[in-house]
Parts: sequence; structure tokens; C-alpha cells
Amino acid sequence: MDPVRVVEGRAIPFGRKNVDTDLIIPARWLKTISREGLGAGAFETVRAEPGNLFDQPEFAGAPILIAGDNFGCGSSREHAAWALLDTGIRAVIAPSFSDIFAGNAFKNGILTVALPQDAVDRLMAVAASDPISIDLEHQTVTTPFQDRFTFTIDPFRRHCLLEGLDEVGLTLARGDAIAAYEQRLSVQQPWVARGTGSGLAA
Amino acid sequence: MASRPRTLYEKIWDAHVVERRDDGTCLIFIDRHLVHEVTSPQAFEGLRVAGRAVRRPELTLAVPDHNLPTTARADSFGLPLPIADAQSAQQLAALERNVAEFGIRYFHANALEQGIVHVVGPEQGFSLPGTTIVCGDSHTSAHGGVGALAFGIGTSEVEHVLATQTLLLTPSHTMEVRVEGALGPGVTPKDLILHIIGRIGTAGGTGHVIEFRGPVFQAMSVEARLTVCNMSIEGGARAGLVAPDETTFAYLKGRPLAPRGEEWEQAVAYWRTLHTDEGAAFDRSVVIDAATIEPTVTWGTSPEDTAPIGGTVPDPASFADPSKQEAARKSLDYMGLTPGQRLSEVEVQNIFIGSCTNSRIEDLRAAAAVLKGRHKAAGVKWAIVVPGSGLVKAQAEAEGLDRIFTEAGLEWREPGCSACLGMNPDKVPSGERCASTSNRNFVGRQGPGSRTHLVSPAMAAAAAVTGRLTDVRELMD
Repeated sequence: MDPVRVVEGRAIPFGRKNVDTDLIIPARWLKTISREGLGAGAFETVRAEPGNLFDQPEFAGAPILIAGDNFGCGSSREHAAWALLDTGIRAVIAPSFSDIFAGNAFKNGILTVALPQDAVDRLMAVAASDPISIDLEHQTVTTPFQDRFTFTIDPFRRHCLLEGLDEVGLTLARGDAIAAYEQRLSVQQPWVARGTGSGLAA
Repeated sequence: MASRPRTLYEKIWDAHVVERRDDGTCLIFIDRHLVHEVTSPQAFEGLRVAGRAVRRPELTLAVPDHNLPTTARADSFGLPLPIADAQSAQQLAALERNVAEFGIRYFHANALEQGIVHVVGPEQGFSLPGTTIVCGDSHTSAHGGVGALAFGIGTSEVEHVLATQTLLLTPSHTMEVRVEGALGPGVTPKDLILHIIGRIGTAGGTGHVIEFRGPVFQAMSVEARLTVCNMSIEGGARAGLVAPDETTFAYLKGRPLAPRGEEWEQAVAYWRTLHTDEGAAFDRSVVIDAATIEPTVTWGTSPEDTAPIGGTVPDPASFADPSKQEAARKSLDYMGLTPGQRLSEVEVQNIFIGSCTNSRIEDLRAAAAVLKGRHKAAGVKWAIVVPGSGLVKAQAEAEGLDRIFTEAGLEWREPGCSACLGMNPDKVPSGERCASTSNRNFVGRQGPGSRTHLVSPAMAAAAAVTGRLTDVRELMD
């Protein structure tokens, strides 16, 4: 994964609450075996509305999306993060995020920036005409008008994003600790450790 | 030395910590991993590209469910029929190649054990109390019904689990939903969980694991607990849990992958310790009186948009929050409903009985009890019953439920996810309504332009009979 430090540029002032992952990418797009090309289906139903924000030329390739509470609720489909990435979005600002979406976004280097509703409202107003800048290292969101909002982020996620770390690689380096756990499990709960290893019919 | 009183969630969490980092992130061991065809291909490809193996293949079980057709999948000789949709066929082929290459146990599309992952796991005894269970599907929370800590993950996490059998996680907050009293006649576990989501909202459980407590859940069957925990995610929660008890042990005993003999006794002894200690504190607590709950339906495009069947479509202006007013206006416009309209006058053209929420044997029995000796209304054009697994299907047929459905004019289908999310050919036409036992009424969820009303199996059957959303209690003896 490439390191992420700053995301800046135009922000789409979408603002909608409870944006579910079916809205971000409808199920018919999930029949792919690739991570690529999902931008074509991103926000398909919203983009069918005349005059929608996503298809306005000034927001073409905008790296930031601003939304309401509970962004990314519903299905666990990581295709939602892949679809956003494919349209050029590198950060989402909202008052809150669903747990699963926030995890999926992080795994793909997309920042999920949670700010209070009044800060989000202010950024929505700025986004209509001007760019926004998100600095992960200093955990700030700033505008050309001297607005400055700070946000919190899980320290482990921040570290991985700033360094561009491969999480699977990190965990594989802890193989000895995992093996020690597995050893205890096989003694204390052999039926758990066995899994599908025996007993299954057919 | 007496230890601090802990919640059930904390006990399961603590038992699975491999390592704790200084920043609070924990490496958590994953006991059980379910895999299906839609969210796994990119994970296996990731392993292949990096040259990584599956660490513990015997802790993963794979079964296709999301985009299999529910029409006949084998010819009269029992040979598999090809899947017409090329992309669905490609996903299924990818799953079959991946499980073979990585040595993962697999139920193929025509196996008796095939079904929806969240029906198959408990049914096989793969899902056990006190285990950690993950799947690339948000409704993995269902397995909390057997007292497991179970939650949905994305495809990158699927890859992480395959490679390491662990996940890097931070602990969740704890939330208690305590329901006192008893549910009234005709009021089902589905009505209860819809009511709970209406009460807490779709973000009400964000960052939390919910434990469902109190006499209503203690009196429930495991099937009912699976339904309740299944929809925890619609309340935003990471997972839902019901403490395992004698009902759970009786349900699991003798299942193919459950422990046996002396190990069974050891397992039960451990499982009996899995309950919230007296004096343990929850971060949040919600208390509900079961007697206040009626058969419940949704009117909007979010699972929190619930109302009792005796009620009316709400006026968007009645919501305090301006953004909720706007959302409700959009929802009503999409749903083609007007404020003040009686919910029992809303006509439906489609009926879907199925999904990981409501496709177990008890759900089918509840629907059949209403449909027995009755016929679907003329206005109902399409009505399907999709059992959750081949074993549920066989059990239902042994009880004659399939004949009750077909005699009532409903179609009896092969197991799978079906019209819950319309990835396979089972879709609700644009502009039409569906009384659906599934879990999400999102815009376009059951097909572009589809209008979903979430209901219990008994309420779906009642709607089939009358052609409109109906209080099932009016059809009960």
C-alpha cells in the first residue's frame, strides 16, 4: 500500500445521511472477481438523478467526499471502497461511519475523517466552491478560509497509513505468537482446533 | 483472587487475544471462517499474488449462496445444470478452483448441505458457543445466536484471516438490550428485532457489540436467536450475542461438526461459564417491554423506518431531526407512499420468504401455518419460498410444508440468498412492492426500483393471502 499523508482538492458536498453500501455500489456490480473497474457502478442510482453532484464537471476526479451520519452502513462489501477508489476518492468526511466500512476504507488507503456535524456543515459550504485539505500526520482538516478542524483516528491505523504498511505482512511476522496460541487451543479446546477436520457428513 | 466481573463479550474477547499491542490494538484468533463466492475471489487472488498459503484450512468452510439461481440446479439425472449468467458462473468456478487449490472444505451447489452460509454454520455445528466467527458478509452477526462472537468483514480481512487465522482489532463497546415480559400472540422474533432497530436507529449500535438479555431471549429457540442476532448489524452493531444455555446445547448436540462424547462434556462445561457476570457493567443499556410490541413492518428505505402494522405512514415533518425529515421525504417518494396512509392498506405484488434472517425450519412452519388451506390473492403476481439450506428444504418437505406453499400458489425454490439482494435472477420489478422476510429495505436492494417492506414470515404469508400488508393476528384462529 502507498503511504498516505495529505489528501487535498475538491470535495463533493453530498451530505446524505445513512449512505449504505448498496447505494455506493449496487449488488449487480459484485459479480466481478477483480478489484478494478468498479467506479463505473459507483453511486449508480444517485447518478441516474438529473443534475446530481457526481457528474458535475467541477467535481470530476474530486478526491474527497462529504456525507452525513453513518456513512457506509449495511453490507460488508469491500467493493464499496474499491468503487470509491476507482472514482478517485481518497477520503470521506462524515460525522460517523459504519464499523465495517471504516475498516474496508482503511485497508484500501481511504481516510475516514469523523468530525462533528457543525464542522461537516461548514466544510459542505466551503466545498461548493473551494478545495479542502486533510493532513493525516497532524490530524487536521483545513480550508482556504483559515478553518481548521482536528480529528482523531485509531493510532494503529494512522501508523499503517502513514508508513504504507502491509497488514498481512505485519501479522505474519507474529507467526510464533500465533503458533503458541494455537498450541494452547489444541490442548484446551481440541474440538475448536479441529474445525472441519473430522466428523463432517458427505 | 476474584477477577473483575465481565460481560459475555469481554470473556470471549479475552479468550482470543493472541497479543496486545501498546496502542491497544489486539491480534485476535479466529476460530471459524465462512467463505462464499462473492467476497472471496479477490482474497484468494491476493494470496496467490503474494505467494502465501492458507494457515489453517480446516478452520474455514466454503459454500456458494449469493448468486446461485434458486430454480432447478440439476437435471432429472442429478447432473448439474449450467448457470445462465456468465459472471455468476465465473464466480462459482473461481470459488471451486480456490477451495481445491487451498484445501478448504466445500459444499457444492447441489450438495444436500449447501445453503446460506449463516444457516449452514449453526446447522452443521461449525458455529459453536464462545468461538470467534467471521465471514465476508455483514449478516455474520447471526451466529451470535449460538453464543459466538461473530461479525462481518471485508475482503482484505478475508485475506488476512486466510493467511494468518487472526485479525487486528480494537475492542468494541458493550451494549445491553434487555427485553422484559413476553411477546404477544402473532408477535415474532422478527417483529422484535425490527422494533429494536426502530428504537435505537441504524447507527444506534455503531462501535458496540449488543448482548440480548432477559426472559424473552431466554425463552427463544436457537433459530429465533439467530434471526435476532442476524439483524444486529442493521442497528449498526458489530455483533449481537445471546448467552448460550441448555436450549443452545440441545440444539447443537449431535450436529456433524459439534464435539462428541467426552469432548462434548468438556465443551458444555466451558460453555456454561459463558455468561455475563453479576455486576458486570455495559457501556449502554436499552430496556424494552415486550408487551408494547406489535407485528412490525417497515415503510421506508432504512431498516429503522419501522411502524406497527396497525399504524400509518409517518409525516416526514413529525421527525425532530431536519436531516431525518429530508431522508423520510426521499424514502416516501421512492416507496410511493403518502403520509397518513394506513399501512394495512398498502398493496403488495410480490412475496419473498427466505434470506439468512428468516429461512430456517421454524420460519417456514410459521408461514405455512398461515397459508394452510388458503391461496395467494389475485394481486400477488410473484411469491417465492426459498429455504435456507438443502437440509431445511428436506425437513420442510418431510413435514409437507412445500405442498402447503405450492397449493397456496407460492413457488418452492432451491436454497440461496435469492431476492434478499437480487444478485441472482430473483428480483422485484421496478415500482412494485414486496413483503419480504429479508433484512434490508435499501433503495434498489431487491432490484432497481424495487420497494421492500420488511416483515416476519407469518406477516409475509398474511400479505400473500390478502394482497396487502396485513396484521397476521386477523388470520389466526
